[in-house]
Formats: sequence, C-alpha cells, structure tokens
Amino acid sequence: MLNVGKIEEGFVLDHIKAGKSMSIYHDLKLDRLDCTVAIIKNAKSNKMGKKDILKVECDIDMLDLDILGFIDHNITVNVIKDGEIVEKKDLVLPKEIKNVIKCKNPRCITSIEQELTHVFVLTDPEKEIYRCKYCEEMYSGNMRK
Amino acid sequence: MRHLMSPLDFSVEELDRLMDIASDIEKNRDKYAHMCDGKVLATCFYEPSTRTRLSFESAMLHLGGRVLGFASADSSSAAKGESVSDTIRIISCYADICAMRHPKEGAPMVAASKSRIPVINAGDGGHQHPTQTLTDLMTIRSLKGQLGNMTIGLCGDLKFGRTVHSLINALKRYPGINFIFISPEELRIPDYIRIDVLDRNNIPYKEVIKLEDVMSELDILYMTRVQKERFFNEEDYVRLKDFYILTKEKMDMAKKDMMVLHPLPRVNEISVEVDDDPRAVYFKQVQYGMYIRMALILTLLELV
Repeated sequence: MLNVGKIEEGFVLDHIKAGKSMSIYHDLKLDRLDCTVAIIKNAKSNKMGKKDILKVECDIDMLDLDILGFIDHNITVNVIKDGEIVEKKDLVLPKEIKNVIKCKNPRCITSIEQELTHVFVLTDPEKEIYRCKYCEEMYSGNMRK
Repeated sequence: MRHLMSPLDFSVEELDRLMDIASDIEKNRDKYAHMCDGKVLATCFYEPSTRTRLSFESAMLHLGGRVLGFASADSSSAAKGESVSDTIRIISCYADICAMRHPKEGAPMVAASKSRIPVINAGDGGHQHPTQTLTDLMTIRSLKGQLGNMTIGLCGDLKFGRTVHSLINALKRYPGINFIFISPEELRIPDYIRIDVLDRNNIPYKEVIKLEDVMSELDILYMTRVQKERFFNEEDYVRLKDFYILTKEKMDMAKKDMMVLHPLPRVNEISVEVDDDPRAVYFKQVQYGMYIRMALILTLLELV
C-alpha cells in the first residue's frame, strides 16, 4: 500500500468520490497555488469502497468552501495544524455560486453581455436545485465552466 | 429605489395597493394628469413590441411626463455592440425611469444592477413579462371583483408562453385558485411550473387536450397565441398554430359570466365573431394595462 506522509499545516479533503479529485483540484484552483498538494486516488474506504483524498499544505483561508460545498457537501474537510486535526469543517450548499458554472441557455443575457458574472442561486435546498440568477435556467450536469 | 423584474417582486398587499391606484386613475383621470410633469420615461426596446411600448408611452403621457427611447436593437447602440450595462448607465443620465424589453432573458436585471433610475422589465425573451401579468390581474380583479376562488383555463402555447408562466406564479398566492391547462402535448406547461410551483403549493390543476371538454367549468379563459418567434423550426409552427381556435360555438358552452382574456396580439386563435360577446374582455384588458402601468410608474417614482 502506498503511503503519503502527514502534512504539518493545511487541510485534508477526505471522502471525495473516487475519480473526482482532479476536477476538484482544478475547481479549487489548487494548480495556481505554490504549495505542496498530494492527490490520492482510489484509496480504500470502509464507507465508500473507494475514495479520493486531497492533502494541501496551505492556509485554510485559501480554500473556497462554497465551491466545495456546491461540488459535494459530503466531503470531509479536516484542518491540520502542527500535524494534527484541529477542526472539521461542515460543508453546506452555498446559497449562491459565482463563476463556477456557466449558464447554457442560449437566450440568457450571460451569453452576450461582456464580463458578466455567472451567478447561480440555490432555489430548492431539499432537491439541491440551482437556477441562473438572470434567466432561472436550472443547473444540470455538464455546465461546469 | 425599486425596480420591477418579476410580478413576485411585489407582495400581495403591494399589488393590491398598485391596483387600488390604477382603479382610482380609471375613475379620476384628471387628478393624475400632471403627476409626472417634468419626468421622462425611456422605452428601451431591443425587439419590436408596438403594444407594450405604446402602452408605456401612453401611460407616461397621460401622467404629464415625456418619453424617449428606441424601438429595436437596430436603431440603438446595441447594433454597435454596446453592452446592456453601458446603455443603462447612459439612459440613467437622460431619463427618470426606464422600461426595457430585450430578447435575452435577464437583460433588464443586468440593467437594474447598474442603473441609477428604476428599471421595469417590459419582457425579457421567454422569461418574464411582469406588466402583462399586472394587466391580467388588474383585469380579473376589476371585472370579477376578486382574484381568488375561481377556475382559470389557460389555453394554447403553455410551454413557451411567458405570460402564462408569470400569471400562474402570481395567481398561486390567492386562495381557491384552480387551473385547467388546455394545450397540445408538444406545448404543455413545463415541468418546473408543474413541480416547483403547482405541486409544491398544492394548487389543484388538470391538463386536457380539447378546449370543448372544459369550457363549461371555466370562470376565466386565458387564450394565448402560438408564437412563431419561439420556435426553432417553421414546420412545427405551421403544424401547431391552428390547434386551438375559440369560436362562437365554443363560447356557447361557457358560463354566462365567464371571461376571455388574451395578452394580444391575436392571430387567429380567437375568431373575430367572438369580439362582440360581452364576455370577450381582451380589448378592455388593454385599457387596464395602461392604468396599471400608470400606477406602476407613479409607484416606482415614489409620487404616490
């Protein structure tokens, strides 16, 4: 079994659905950070069978929890200091998400207006439905910007 | 400063107040004739709409104000590629209030976010047309005396018809409303209205194919046009446009106090012979449209 060492300070994203870690790496813009990142794929999990894990050595404030909550609020976020877990952050569905997904409605103003922020609003927390703030088009998969 | 993007921007109480003002305008036109002296309304219409634009302009002129604007994107700086955000910043320097129609959904909302003057959504693509909904509510309330406890039939293009969606959203807030949707299979009410609006609020409704089957049950019949511009394909339009035509024979099946509304323009979905029936109120509806827009302008300019 492959071993990846502890990190001293940063965060560990655990219980990521197997195969999703690379897209989360990009969604969180971790590629733009100048810090150590470990991407562990297909780790064994009692709960999930297989899971991905991300270990990032940087300040927790660098992490956009709203984006993460939108992607998958079942991911566990462990905050690490001095090599120990000091906090577990609960992810919730954000009320609003900006510039993460793009509205695909060809009749939406976002299709022509320059530099307009793409905003999706949580309209049904129970069913986890997001709608475009401008045209109310419902978010459906494959809309990732 | 307030804008109007959706009929739901106003609470039921605020809508009541707006309709009270409109009713007062109907009875006392002279009282309101100079309330907007010195004020300017900009009508920014990026797509043609004679009726709505003239209704807004007429409303402002009857209040003593003046109007400026453009009637199509070709005659505006949009043809040069100017953004909605920039256009409204310019218009804010020239006018006190703006009515905007745009083929792109959400364009008036973008304008409102950058505007220094109140913006009224005068129709954005297939999305919202709140002043038509206010007109419909005003017509029903004025002629029926109330907005609840009735069966409302909506007929025609229920899939793309934004007036239908807006009206359902507005009427769901009143008690005792029962909807009957009459449309061909291809133009049924969309799922998001059925599930998010009707089912969630436990509002009774049924869907039927033939208008004749439900004519006798209706208190209101809201007819709509099958709009050519909402289709991507000419063949589909030609196949469906004549599906539902209201004739004198169908009117004979209806209640004596049933009322027929239509957002207009009509093509051929209501036979001309129905026009003389006292239950056909679609031309009165146009008049109420002007009164409610007058009330809206006064309210957003905080003059009442």
